[in-house]
Amino acid sequence: MSDSEHRSPPSTGFDTLALHAGQSPDPTTGARATPIYQSAAFVFPDSDVAAGLFNIERAGHVYSRLSNPTNAVLEERMAALDHGIGAVVTASGQAAMHLAVTTLLSAGDHIVSSRSLYGGTHNLLEYTLSRFGISTTFVDPRDPTAFAAAIQENTKLLFGEVLGNPGLEVLDIPRIAAVAHDHGLPLLVDATFATPYLCRPIELGADLVMHSATKFLSGHGVVIGGVVVDGGTFDWLANDKFPTLSQPYAGFHDLVFAEEFGPQAFITRARKEGIRDFGACMAPMTAFQILQGLETLPLRMQRHVSNALEVARYLEAHPLVEQVSHPGLSSHPDYELAQQILPLGAGAVFSFELRGGREAGRTLIESLSLFSHLANVGDAKSLVIHPASTTHHRVEEQALRAAGIGPGLVRLSVGLEDPKDLLSDLKTALRAVEKKLGGKS
Amino acid sequence: MRTQVDGNEVFYGTGSGAPADDARTLIFVHGAGFDHTIWVMPARYFARHGWRVVAVDLPAHGRSQGAALTSIEQLADWLARLIDTVSPNQRASVVGHSMGSLVAMSAAARYAGKVEKLALLGTSAPMPVADVLLNAAKDNDQAAIDMTNTWSHSVGGSLGSSENPGLSNLAVGERLLQQAGPGVFYADLTACNNFKADALELIEQPTLVLIGDEDRMTPARAGLAVVDALHNVQQRRLPGCGHSMLSEQPNQVLDELAAFLPFAP
Repeated sequence: MSDSEHRSPPSTGFDTLALHAGQSPDPTTGARATPIYQSAAFVFPDSDVAAGLFNIERAGHVYSRLSNPTNAVLEERMAALDHGIGAVVTASGQAAMHLAVTTLLSAGDHIVSSRSLYGGTHNLLEYTLSRFGISTTFVDPRDPTAFAAAIQENTKLLFGEVLGNPGLEVLDIPRIAAVAHDHGLPLLVDATFATPYLCRPIELGADLVMHSATKFLSGHGVVIGGVVVDGGTFDWLANDKFPTLSQPYAGFHDLVFAEEFGPQAFITRARKEGIRDFGACMAPMTAFQILQGLETLPLRMQRHVSNALEVARYLEAHPLVEQVSHPGLSSHPDYELAQQILPLGAGAVFSFELRGGREAGRTLIESLSLFSHLANVGDAKSLVIHPASTTHHRVEEQALRAAGIGPGLVRLSVGLEDPKDLLSDLKTALRAVEKKLGGKS
Repeated sequence: MRTQVDGNEVFYGTGSGAPADDARTLIFVHGAGFDHTIWVMPARYFARHGWRVVAVDLPAHGRSQGAALTSIEQLADWLARLIDTVSPNQRASVVGHSMGSLVAMSAAARYAGKVEKLALLGTSAPMPVADVLLNAAKDNDQAAIDMTNTWSHSVGGSLGSSENPGLSNLAVGERLLQQAGPGVFYADLTACNNFKADALELIEQPTLVLIGDEDRMTPARAGLAVVDALHNVQQRRLPGCGHSMLSEQPNQVLDELAAFLPFAP
């Protein structure tokens, strides 16, 4: 029998998982929605069960910093959507990044990262983690050979964003993953801008995924949260680079996570050490609100993507716009790659450069009314920001230029409004820019 | 922990235990394509309660060396040699899941002096495997993993509500099967398919049969037939549970095993 004749049984669709994964009607009350378990701790039926919960002999909850039934639904749902074996939710996207890094790396270790990053992540890698002995080399996200060339003896992790911030470079996940694996290293990917609806990095070769759930996952700009998803794909015992998983851990009675937990090793250590000790846990009310967002993620992302592409095309044709950086436009250098990596669309966050530089950018932002000027993306409402003076204001000018951020760069996060209203708002603001520049462009 | 059987290195999990020299031995045997990590929670429980836990990787599985054995009888013979190695002075109790339950039964029938008690999880004797699954496994096709993984979970279990916070049981099962080397899963399924149940009447050891009411791989009626064929047996049912009972209902499985195998130094 040839391979082509084998048929897998149908799997549950993404839209169904977004609504159901990780949760069934509450067996006690019949509640259909996920209950909010607003409890700090959970009663032990007896001493032996208590000991068993602490010793990872039993499944269940002890204390809401470590796990919580509402959070667990969100974790399992995100694992299902990202095709990972498990997840841990965190207090923020930054906490998720920190948890992923510190579960694997210790002082003296090294990261090779894309240089086109969210400013907060850049701060963490460049300035803060270096205080604790973890260094990072930043490379061109479009150049897999640069990732390979930057790997050192003490490198433990490769990192990049599916869609770079704010240049929207598309990370060639299969090629970067191959570089990582050729060197016995895992690849961690930030998929915040894409969400698992548009891109599932684990299916493309990444080993670990993180999201800021504050953005499109929750989708309404009302909570702060993050999540780390473990693909369960990486063999932590294949070399001696990952002692946190391959060597006895004195903080848990000499447990060797990779030997006892196999594919669950990383996510188990992340919970049993990182969440336990650093404590950046998510509140159950936050998990509930993110779950509400996830239920409509497929529908929202379709509209986000179509609205963003319509706005991008409008701007690209406007004489005051020097350049639009949206991977869904054929003018973007990564357009072909985006068609492969992001077949359902290249997201709803993109940037453009106005003729007239900083003054033009400021005038545009202050003339918009539907687009809200704030430091966030992924809201149902459209947002606008000037990265050089906000999200990336701590990044040195040289690093800014390396990341493709010009003084007049404007970043949009296109929401779910009627697209004709968004275009009308932009038209009005661009007229104001034109007037400000004296009709010159 | 590592030992040697037939000149090959054998890996087994101990549940992080440090057993006394005279501790009783409890061997966990995984199912087709899997490894010792499916037993992580019961292994840790029984280790804490004084047992010498041996959650073994069968040859060519997990971190054990050697070629995959191709019949249940070969696996039972190998298990007997493992018992000689890890528990030379006393009988061992054996807990097996799916294919591991066949290995446990065969070892109990063939080596009565080495096996003290049996716990059979998700069992069936015989254990026929559909041609469509065997053929896909023979070609090392992902479809074999998808079929097994889908049929190993109850309808509810496939959507989640994992008792283990934050884990996707479906994906964990998929990854374990994906990690099996080429030909290993097929060898296991072939061994299951060719197993003859004619030795069950020889089993005299106290036996627990644990049955998932929504098991689609080894249906409840097949488990009940095993109960009928054994002499010294007790059965326990797990309502709503599929074949992957260690991930779907880990606490209920542990409770049943703990009741059947009380701590007795």
